[in-house]
Amino acid sequence: MIRFTRVTKTYPRTGTAVHDVSLSVNKGEFLFLTGASGAGKTSLLRMVYMEERPTSGEVRVAGTSSVTATARDVAKLRRKLGIVFQDFRLLENRTVEQNVSFALEVIGAPAGVIGGKVSRVLTQVGLAAKGRAFPRELSGGEQQRVAIARALVNDPFALIADEPTGNLDDRATRGIFQLLREINAAGTAIMMATHNLELIRRSEYRTIEMARGQIVFDSAEPTATSGPVA
Amino acid sequence: MRPLREAFETFQRSPLLSALSVTTIAFSLFALGLFGLVALNIREALERLEDRVEIRAFVAIGTPPEDVVQAANDIASFPEVQSAQLVTQEQALKRAQAELGEFRDVFEGAVLPASIDLRLRPGQRNPAAVKQVAERVKSYSFIDDIRYGEEWIEKLYRLRNVAGIVSLVLGFVFAAVSVIIIGTTIRMAVLARAKEISIMRLVGATDEYIRRPFLVEGFAKGVMGGLLALVLTWIAQVLINRYVIQTIFFETRVALLGLLFGALIGLAGSAVSVGRHLRRV
Repeated sequence: MIRFTRVTKTYPRTGTAVHDVSLSVNKGEFLFLTGASGAGKTSLLRMVYMEERPTSGEVRVAGTSSVTATARDVAKLRRKLGIVFQDFRLLENRTVEQNVSFALEVIGAPAGVIGGKVSRVLTQVGLAAKGRAFPRELSGGEQQRVAIARALVNDPFALIADEPTGNLDDRATRGIFQLLREINAAGTAIMMATHNLELIRRSEYRTIEMARGQIVFDSAEPTATSGPVA
Repeated sequence: MRPLREAFETFQRSPLLSALSVTTIAFSLFALGLFGLVALNIREALERLEDRVEIRAFVAIGTPPEDVVQAANDIASFPEVQSAQLVTQEQALKRAQAELGEFRDVFEGAVLPASIDLRLRPGQRNPAAVKQVAERVKSYSFIDDIRYGEEWIEKLYRLRNVAGIVSLVLGFVFAAVSVIIIGTTIRMAVLARAKEISIMRLVGATDEYIRRPFLVEGFAKGVMGGLLALVLTWIAQVLINRYVIQTIFFETRVALLGLLFGALIGLAGSAVSVGRHLRRV
């Protein structure tokens, strides 16, 4: 469903971020991506939603190839993906409901279905009562839930989360992680980059560790014997 | 419908920035408008001067009137000539007396020569054409003398050429400056919504979808800026008329063209700014 084939990404100024990575993520899988800062996790994720294209090799996501995709293909692909960041990226001047419905409006969803979808997904993330609040009135954990609701409202087949708990305290982190598990249990694949080894240890999900742009450990590989090095 | 609504919402959400863009567009177009007004009036004044380009051919005293009438008719049919008017000796005297007013007595009993006064067609009032016609008229044996202010016409013609080139160059510079300023204000509007745009792209909005409201907004700002500039230019012209010198204003057609120009640079400025932004992020 998501497949990297010998992918290398080189930036003109900072050099190689991802080096010869091959990887595939299956339908409904939960995948942790870990490694030190600068190891290439974010570059890898950005290539999944095609914000970046590989310098060489190919990324294929749900039938869209990084080699041939047009800007329009990328837009279409993103409607099938949910993307979440450490810094939430909410619109401050819009309410929770408006932030979520924004994702439907801008892809031209019919007005009739928007209200229902928004309230369903806000219930799912536990914010049914806060639809009228503005982001600044919410805690960090709640803001990340809004971002997740926005990512989910289009029923994506995969959720791409780059350090979603990086800005949160332990309690909020556990809450968000629990929410992601529930989303995954409902059938959505999740690729989550994190520094939080505690989360990784407490779960039995597939874990990939990156260092200097390469995969140095993949718990799904039969040869993998030890845990992540980091 | 959506782009219209969204463009309107942008005005509502950031009235200050929108007002700033509109006034900036208005002032740069106003500068262009004032300049246009100056150029227009200079051209108009030069044309009026040109209207006075005249060749006067004096007829030798004693020439039979029929010959002179015949010659005047001949000359009137030259392709360059707009009109050829015969001024008899009596008329010449009357005209001279009228022009001199209180000193009219000096002409008491004087005999002034009759003349044929020619006016050339517009476009034929350049020094070469005037000279050529004058030479042809001079070939009539009874034409004594011919006057056409050779030096004056050459100066006028040179002035007109210089004025034309200067207005063209300055007009181009003003227009280019307006385009740059307008592009910058729209770029500010785009940057103010950079986060919104990045989220739109993240959730799968197409570039065309993102671009459209900005184009509508740019167009609307251009039209509003253009209208404001037109009003300002008009007020300036009224004030100049009242306190300085009588001038003319743009024809409706030209004013509408100016408005269209504002709308187009608004549109083009938006397209360039949004396009650049979308390519960069």
